[in-house]
Amino acid sequence: MKNRLKVLRAERDWTQAQLADALEVSRQTVNAIETGKFDPSLPLAFKIARLFGLTIEAVFQDDVLS
Amino acid sequence: MNPPNTTPGNWTDRLKKNTIRLGYWTLAWVITLALAAFGPKFIWDYATLPGVLALLLNLAAGMGWIFANKKNLSDLDDLQRKIQLEATALSLSVAVVAGLSYELLEDIHLISFQPQISHLVILIAATYAIGLFTGNRRYQ
Repeated sequence: MKNRLKVLRAERDWTQAQLADALEVSRQTVNAIETGKFDPSLPLAFKIARLFGLTIEAVFQDDVLS
Repeated sequence: MNPPNTTPGNWTDRLKKNTIRLGYWTLAWVITLALAAFGPKFIWDYATLPGVLALLLNLAAGMGWIFANKKNLSDLDDLQRKIQLEATALSLSVAVVAGLSYELLEDIHLISFQPQISHLVILIAATYAIGLFTGNRRYQ
């Protein structure tokens, strides 16, 4: 699964640590999602989308469809 | 741009508290285990009542440790839980396979000594630690 987390975070000038605090996850988790090593659970994906004021589809894209 | 709306430290504080609580329960369990194991020989000369009490105390501390561990796991984030799950699965699989083979060694007279549960506990701890290390490396 691809995602735009790094771009969205950079657009807002947030650090990985700030984003991790907001999502109540570790910085390691934010980094693993950004680098595509780890796909978040559905609740965490919703939380991420809500934080950026976007839909899940605007943040995450299925590898098969994209 | 402003940082995201957060209550900084809430989650990390909770994790820290959980880890400390888990540490205390682990210590309590180890101490009560030592008391139940060595008390009969060195303190109460194999009297039944203190032995039973020490064993019950050890079981109670063990229950406390289990609940503290459960609470700790439930407060971890998705990735940390995944790493813990993989490490636990590795250590459990190795424990079952190696434990039964170890037991067989004595049954078929390839070793002359009685297999010790402590050897299995050391193996479980080592594989769990390796699992955690490799898991954390993989998702760095």
